[in-house]
Amino acid sequence: MKQLYVGLTGNEAVATAFKQARPHVAPAFPITPQTEMMHKFADFVADGAVATEMILVESEHSAMSAAVGSAATGARTFTATSSAGFALMWEVVYIAASLRLPICMPVVNRALSGNINIHNDHSDSMGGRDAGWIQIFCENTQEAYDTALMCWRIAEHKDVRLPVMVNYDGFIISHTSESLHILPDEDAWKFIGPKDLSNGYSLLDVENPITVGPLDLTDYYFEHKVSQMEAHLRAPKVILEVFKEFGELTGRHYDLFEEYRTEDAEMILVIIGSTAGTAKDVIDEQREKGVKVGLLKPRVFRPFPAVEYAKALGNAKVVGVMDKSVSFGGHGGPLFTEIRSALYGLENAPKIHNWIYGLGGRDTGTDQIVDLIGQLQNSIKGKKTEDVNLLGVRL
Amino acid sequence: MAKMTEIRWHGRGGQGAKTAAIFLAEAVLDQGMHSQGFPEYGPERRGAPVRGFTRISDKPIRLHCSVAKPQIVIVLDPTLIESASAGVTDGTDVSTVYIINTMETPAAIRAKLGVKGGTIHTVDASLIAQECFGRAIPNMPMIGALTNVSDVITLEDVTSAMARRLKKKFSQAVVDGNVAAVERAHEEMVSE
Repeated sequence: MKQLYVGLTGNEAVATAFKQARPHVAPAFPITPQTEMMHKFADFVADGAVATEMILVESEHSAMSAAVGSAATGARTFTATSSAGFALMWEVVYIAASLRLPICMPVVNRALSGNINIHNDHSDSMGGRDAGWIQIFCENTQEAYDTALMCWRIAEHKDVRLPVMVNYDGFIISHTSESLHILPDEDAWKFIGPKDLSNGYSLLDVENPITVGPLDLTDYYFEHKVSQMEAHLRAPKVILEVFKEFGELTGRHYDLFEEYRTEDAEMILVIIGSTAGTAKDVIDEQREKGVKVGLLKPRVFRPFPAVEYAKALGNAKVVGVMDKSVSFGGHGGPLFTEIRSALYGLENAPKIHNWIYGLGGRDTGTDQIVDLIGQLQNSIKGKKTEDVNLLGVRL
Repeated sequence: MAKMTEIRWHGRGGQGAKTAAIFLAEAVLDQGMHSQGFPEYGPERRGAPVRGFTRISDKPIRLHCSVAKPQIVIVLDPTLIESASAGVTDGTDVSTVYIINTMETPAAIRAKLGVKGGTIHTVDASLIAQECFGRAIPNMPMIGALTNVSDVITLEDVTSAMARRLKKKFSQAVVDGNVAAVERAHEEMVSE
């Protein structure tokens, strides 16, 4: 298949992928840095490139409410948000997952207020990690585009039927033009395909009337939560199938996480999102000097493939987990606690340290990652003991 | 090893630093190069100092941080040179190439920049823009000057990419004016 080589911002790339998915409905409410994505999509609608019904709502709470109503009819539905907008839709984010509605939503990651900050960190999505959505994080514009194509196949799969968040870093990815390959519209459509209306339920199916979201108290609520848990247990298999088919089609192969030069690594960094790319350049330089360091980049954060992480990290001497969000009062960031838990009980488990970095868009350059690798070397020598650390901050 | 060129743009809101950073990144794709173009975001006000960045490489670009050590610094507004907070010389060294939009000579600019090394080129891009398409927006002529000192892109590739892009929105007269401005800046640039 012939792909197109183009330069697009992350927002433009995701809007293009969503146009190619031919959604029926898109409720929209603007917030930086997501706005440009929906703006571009609205251009496609205005130009007649896609026949999506756009609903202009008065808040993000309403955007997700409209998305829930739309998806409950069986319509392919998306919305998009960032930061405080995501926080405002909170209540309904949980409802979308509880009702098993395959809504797709880019969360263009931005710090939460206060104080007001428009720049990137992962506080918004990480706060929503327990909401029941599948969460996939992207390193660059290419991954954001590819994930925005694949998310429909995952969300709408009969064994999953869960909403999917496509996470990419605000400004660093959303507003940076990067070179990437995109599929022609027809090939993208062949891959995604129309929504299977026989899968799931529809409020408009008058032959089979149902009630959606009723009172669910001590008698059944718990069982319904278990059904959500089970959907997350089934999801990795489906995700891997979709990734595999996409890889065969495009030559771009994805996994639940990416391993970069980890095969003989004594030290492994774990980094989500755009900074993983910066780290790859640092790792190449360090490898030239004989430093045995590698990278593990989580792609799918929910569901969390704990067994696979333990296997991938188990042979290292030390693991450095970088969190671009903070769990105030907690023992480390959300990625750290998750990975440390995955390693617990492992024979000869590696030492593990956490670094909180990049909050509010603080630039994370190669020098900071070089510094971190130095600290990991000290850890191997027994000279470093602190679990939770800070990177790139004035003290 | 990858051969990567990192360019930093300094302008004021409204002069097109962001547009130029991204335009250049997209224009090099025809040669099969890899690129990134991005602005440094802040409060967006006309006249406020803004910076943009372009990375061009023969290998996929994985860095996602600011350009700390640019090989080329392009200044759209000469008043930024004397502003410490604009940071025109930040991270530069003896090999840095400066291209400045100004009426002054490279020697005069060197004195203002206060740098010993580097190579300084000047061009009156605002005047060229005013004369060629009636608006003193210097960003595109500055790319014309760039083609005179760097091999990241040729003058012909710039003008054809620009014509392609502008044709979607503007009249042929506007397209021709912009092309002429880019060509003039390429010619009229003064080096030390």
